Amino acid sequence: MQQHEDPKAAKQIEFVTLVAGGQSFCIEITQIREIRRWTPVTLLPHSPPYVLGVINLRGAVIPILDLAAKLGFRAIEPTERHVIIIISVEERIVGLLVESVSEILGINSDMVRETPRTEEDESTRAINGIIPTGDDMIKILSLEALLPTKLATAA
Amino acid sequence: MTDIAILDAFFEECEDLLVALSDGLEHMREGKADNETVNAVFRSVHSIKGAAGAFSLEDLVSFAHIFETVLDDVRSGKLGTDDTLLRVLQRAGDILADLVDAARDGLPADADQVDPVVAELQSFLGADGLVEEEFVFEALTLAFDSAPNTATYQVQFRPSREFYATGNDPTLVIAALQDLGPCTVRTLNGDLPQDFADFQWDEGYLTWQVDVADQQNDLAIREVFQFVDDLCDLQIAEAFGDETTPVADDDAPEAALSPETAGPMPETAQEPVVERAETEDAPAKADKPAKRPASTLRVDPERVDRLINAVGELIINQSVISQRIDEAGLPNSAELHGDLDDYKLLAREIQEGVMAIRAQPVKPLFQRMLRIAREAADATGKDVNLVTEGDGTEVDKIVVERLADPLTHMIRNAIDHGIEKPQDRTNAGKPATGTLRLTASQRSGSIVIEIIDDGAGLNRKRIKEIAVSKGLISADLQLTEQEIDHLLFAPGFSTAAEVTNLSGRGVGMDVVKTAITALGGRITISSTTGQGTTFSITLPLTLAVMDGMIINVGGQTMVVPISSILETIRPTDADLSRIGLHSQLLRIRGDYVPIIDLAERLGVRSSSETMTDRVLLLIQTEAVTQCALAVDDIFDQRQVVVKSMQGSYGEIAGISGATILGDGKIALIIDPDAIAAAPTTELKLQIQAQREVAHAAT
Repeated sequence: MQQHEDPKAAKQIEFVTLVAGGQSFCIEITQIREIRRWTPVTLLPHSPPYVLGVINLRGAVIPILDLAAKLGFRAIEPTERHVIIIISVEERIVGLLVESVSEILGINSDMVRETPRTEEDESTRAINGIIPTGDDMIKILSLEALLPTKLATAA
Repeated sequence: MTDIAILDAFFEECEDLLVALSDGLEHMREGKADNETVNAVFRSVHSIKGAAGAFSLEDLVSFAHIFETVLDDVRSGKLGTDDTLLRVLQRAGDILADLVDAARDGLPADADQVDPVVAELQSFLGADGLVEEEFVFEALTLAFDSAPNTATYQVQFRPSREFYATGNDPTLVIAALQDLGPCTVRTLNGDLPQDFADFQWDEGYLTWQVDVADQQNDLAIREVFQFVDDLCDLQIAEAFGDETTPVADDDAPEAALSPETAGPMPETAQEPVVERAETEDAPAKADKPAKRPASTLRVDPERVDRLINAVGELIINQSVISQRIDEAGLPNSAELHGDLDDYKLLAREIQEGVMAIRAQPVKPLFQRMLRIAREAADATGKDVNLVTEGDGTEVDKIVVERLADPLTHMIRNAIDHGIEKPQDRTNAGKPATGTLRLTASQRSGSIVIEIIDDGAGLNRKRIKEIAVSKGLISADLQLTEQEIDHLLFAPGFSTAAEVTNLSGRGVGMDVVKTAITALGGRITISSTTGQGTTFSITLPLTLAVMDGMIINVGGQTMVVPISSILETIRPTDADLSRIGLHSQLLRIRGDYVPIIDLAERLGVRSSSETMTDRVLLLIQTEAVTQCALAVDDIFDQRQVVVKSMQGSYGEIAGISGATILGDGKIALIIDPDAIAAAPTTELKLQIQAQREVAHAAT
């Protein structure tokens, strides 16, 4: 890994794969702070439908988003089996509710393919690459694209 | 630590010195000056000059020098302190503060401001003094060499055990210093053990003292020590004529720059005052207590914030335990409850103690206002005497910082619009000199700051006309005096008929109000025609903890700040009357106040018609009018720790923050002002816009 001649030299990257809205996605592991089981949230008034509310994470108030709803799929009915992925993006800490977390996927960076151009919608905009795996593929979520600025802006 | 950080320490020190200077000048003006006061003033200016010299801040140095020369003549009795001189000295003090500010911002000095004062100062020195001044000035900088702006630096370093262990050699360091310029090297062996048995073979006992001449600044010297400066006790000081202005080593900028060491005490260079901080990330440490009359501690604010957070958790934990014990319903729990009360008291005490760390007296802030008032009075040709009271009152550091701009604005306003011209005052049978009082006091859990002028009072007719002409209100609207006064805070309002240089730059009182509200405070006006106007600012003691009423709104637990609740009411049918399609009014002591259904307003659930099974919180808001918030239930009243939501989520209409309750659940904190201020439709529009923005952002 010490060679610098080729800037595109394959790098080992690790992703956590998850299921939201029945499809598989993955998030780079360095952006994930922790993974916890669903706990009831405190509702926020006037929030957009994909904002479930806030939870207390060891003294910090963390907003929880329904990843499926955020991507334009049907909202998840949260139960004990569902999982919250606590992510940290641009200094903000946010929890994403997903249907399940599957595995940690270690790949070389040259395995990441560019997203083929398709019709743009909520979910394709938040994808910045795909990883082919056997007979399936996993979509890489760009958290920066998913959560661009503050979740709610002062009116 | 970088040079920037050392420079920051210098500016912090300057703040203190400027306060001392301003204090001293104020005493002199009141005629209470003794020799000690004049000396203190002289020392402040002198210390600023000395330290500024070390950073090559030439504008500052040359001005401070002339200032100091005049003060020296005052000190030696050559110059008498009459009113003219005092006035000039005070202006010189202001200019010095300006120069410090300019140096901090890296801006050039404003010659138009500085030069007249320099000329006035020089006029006191006379022709004789001028020559002498030039001479003294040169003697200071040219003492050792004819090259301009060079100085001799005294470097003192004592290599540690690690220095030698890592294969460094002091002779190489000394050789590198010799490359920079002529050096005088001394070896100090005072630390060698008396008894040979105590001698550790690998310990560094020797200290070298090297005087390096002909240096522009200490950067080249620091570079020599770049790779070893954490391996030795290093002190670099500028030898400044017969005195020494130490430039701080990484670990002790505040100690080295304190006025005592910057003063004429050559011996400080010989005794290293450097103490190694124990922890790795220890940017802050205690000043030397020995020489300071009031010893202070400079602490990284982040450490205090961590402590405050931890104490917040302690308070939460305390309420968890109380709740659990209550639920358990233990028999014979009287003693336990006594202990629990003690715990509660202790937790409060710790919390108050921790908050006190962040608290700062408002004195420096008020002193700045003295200056603002002088400038404003000069600019408007009015005679104004600003009297400050309660400047020992302590307020959270953030509050002190954020109050500066609003207060500046209000003081200027009061002088520009409030206080009349001397002639008008005399005609009105008032003393020609107007009095502006700036007071701070602590009243039942809040800080009250008042700005009281004895001017003409608010011109309500004019205010109303302007509000109408600007389309803020309709002409036929009937308003109470109070409501008219509060029009001042409406965005885009400015009373000055013509825009003056001072106020009325389009920044109105609404900006002041916004700043105060952001601090969780409130501002009110009262005014009597012909007698003056009083602005009162009420601020919470701390920003981190508040007393809250825990309520239930549509199944959600929420908190309303106690400070805004006047009373709680369980209404009967007789107290309620309908108005319009949905609205209801509460009759209370012959008055009618609107009822706001909190659950509906927050969108938690749609309105339920019955009010009689609800609890009404009568609240007082900035909009002067009272209103009643309908909530489902009241649980408790307790201290809550305020957590901001803005970092992770953004603002929510009607919500000011969140807190964590005893059971670990989050409760949102209601912002009563926002709830009462926004009529339902407007709020709905806001929410709509908010949602659209949030959607568009995806």
